[in-house]
Amino acid sequence: MSQIETFYEVMRRQGITRRSFLKYCSLTAAALGLGPSFVPQIANAMENKPRTPVLWLHGLECTCCSESFIRSAHPLVKDVVLSMISLDYDDTLMAAAGHQAEAALEETMKKYKGEYILAVEGNPPLNEDGMFCIVGGKPFLDQLKHAAKDAKAIIAWGSCASWGCVQAARPNPTQAVPIHKVITDKPIIKVPGCPPIAEVMTGVITYMLTFGKLPELDRQGRPKMFYGQRIHDKCYRRPHFDAGQFVEQWDDEAARKGYCLYKVGCKGPTTYNACSTIRWNEGVSFPIQAGHGCIGCSEDGFWDKGSFYDRLSNIPQFGIEKNADEIGTAVAGGVGAAIAAHAAVSALKQASRKDTKPQDSTKKEHEDHA
Amino acid sequence: MSEQSIKTNDVPAAAVSASTTTQVEDPTVQGEQVRRQTAVFVYEWPLRLWHWVTVLCIIVLCVTGYFIGSPLPTMPGEAMDNYLMGYIRFAHFAAGYVFAIAFVGRVYWAFVGNHHARELFIVPIHKKKWWGELFHELRWYMFIEKTPKKYIGHNPMGQLAMFSFFVIGTIFMIVTGFALYGEGLGVGSWADRWFGWVIPLMGQSQDVHTWHHLGMWYIIVFVMTHVYVAIREDIMSRQSLISTMVGGWRMFKDDKPD
Repeated sequence: MSQIETFYEVMRRQGITRRSFLKYCSLTAAALGLGPSFVPQIANAMENKPRTPVLWLHGLECTCCSESFIRSAHPLVKDVVLSMISLDYDDTLMAAAGHQAEAALEETMKKYKGEYILAVEGNPPLNEDGMFCIVGGKPFLDQLKHAAKDAKAIIAWGSCASWGCVQAARPNPTQAVPIHKVITDKPIIKVPGCPPIAEVMTGVITYMLTFGKLPELDRQGRPKMFYGQRIHDKCYRRPHFDAGQFVEQWDDEAARKGYCLYKVGCKGPTTYNACSTIRWNEGVSFPIQAGHGCIGCSEDGFWDKGSFYDRLSNIPQFGIEKNADEIGTAVAGGVGAAIAAHAAVSALKQASRKDTKPQDSTKKEHEDHA
Repeated sequence: MSEQSIKTNDVPAAAVSASTTTQVEDPTVQGEQVRRQTAVFVYEWPLRLWHWVTVLCIIVLCVTGYFIGSPLPTMPGEAMDNYLMGYIRFAHFAAGYVFAIAFVGRVYWAFVGNHHARELFIVPIHKKKWWGELFHELRWYMFIEKTPKKYIGHNPMGQLAMFSFFVIGTIFMIVTGFALYGEGLGVGSWADRWFGWVIPLMGQSQDVHTWHHLGMWYIIVFVMTHVYVAIREDIMSRQSLISTMVGGWRMFKDDKPD
């Protein structure tokens, strides 16, 4: 039982040739942004390391992360990926259900204490003692804390686990919070996106398996290799941005010509993700290529920034939602009016002062009589 | 409230010169009035240079910044023949660099320049006299006080406004501006290493954009008030304002103490 098959053994058992296996290794290296020198390292790891046990929990979520994950094109097809990581618990994908499923979770936790990776899709609601999300008869919050206790590392799948996403959008009635608010003592890798790109998800797992460590993370805990640049930085429409050529309306000539979507609210310049390089569905396309601006789904609180079709965020603190320019012009207008009024009074004062100063007494008398 | 006379002020004696100029006070008055005008040297040349460089930078930054947020109408022709956004952004970044470096130079000058160079950064809120004069100035601006006081440097209200609007606003814009600039330079760039922490602090990139945008309006409100007050004071107060920032000398219109 304790002898887990290696990744390579699983592949061979499933009839995959060594040639295909090596091809997979080089594709993976490319996907991770590594040079050809890393290919043998990846192959070596795949051949010798036992598969990593992964527990995949589901909190408040929509399963779009799972849907994306199972469509990963390279690193290879779904069954290989699932074999590679030894997915011991995933209530959406596993054959077992009910008590059997929960038993599998406990067994892996005991057997691979401190060795397994905990992947979390969705997030825990804190309101009403976590009653808004029940798994196996207990609040998800409890399951999450329980499973996280002995995990080696934790992967936060998607924007829900990473930032909170739609269930944490204002007014957040269930008090859903990203998992790093609940688990504070373990390394957490954030893989945001709604959903994240399939190849990014499998790429992160492959990296951890290959090198036996976490990928390099940025300040917010996202793998730099996939979240180091904005959509805008690698967008194929970027030349139109630099040229000052924009889609002004959805049905105009510029839209047909494929100009930059900045003015119709594309969030590419503020969104860190790999959509414009890896793209979606085996590299077929991504939102901007399809003619719609990026909505910034991999960014913190993207639901609460106002319209998906405006560049400037709404600032709800001002009661009625206003953006920076509307507030700015209103304030500047107010100050301008105040200055004008003050200037007018000052001018009057100055004029009367000039009148009174030279012939103080006579003027005063004059005024008294009047 | 009679303090020391202007000549015994803590400006080095050599810098103080009393010049006598004739000035027609009011053409309607019979006979020309001869008045003494005392001048004190206040602003050294690096400080004046910094002021006008900053003026230029703020104009460029506000105009280009606004057009980065709300770009101009689409350029006709092929993308390869146009580079409008590129030029606008270049101007913004270049002006940003100049603005920031000039500000660093200004901070340096606060250490090595004369004591007026420190007024922007050190507001003497611990001095009772300062508060008294602040309220006096406030009353003068509310048209309650008949005559303003004389000041060689900033009046307390001006000093407070300079600190809270200009100094704070400038630091805020430099920090948020370079944080956003670092996004373009990329992870690991100097701007990212120095200022990248601002982005998670404010939420995400878009929040920093919003704050930077609001910061522009904060600076615009400051500029409007600053220009108005400078002109008003130049006319109504007892000392020169605008010419002082050009030539460095503060002229007093009367010799009455305080």
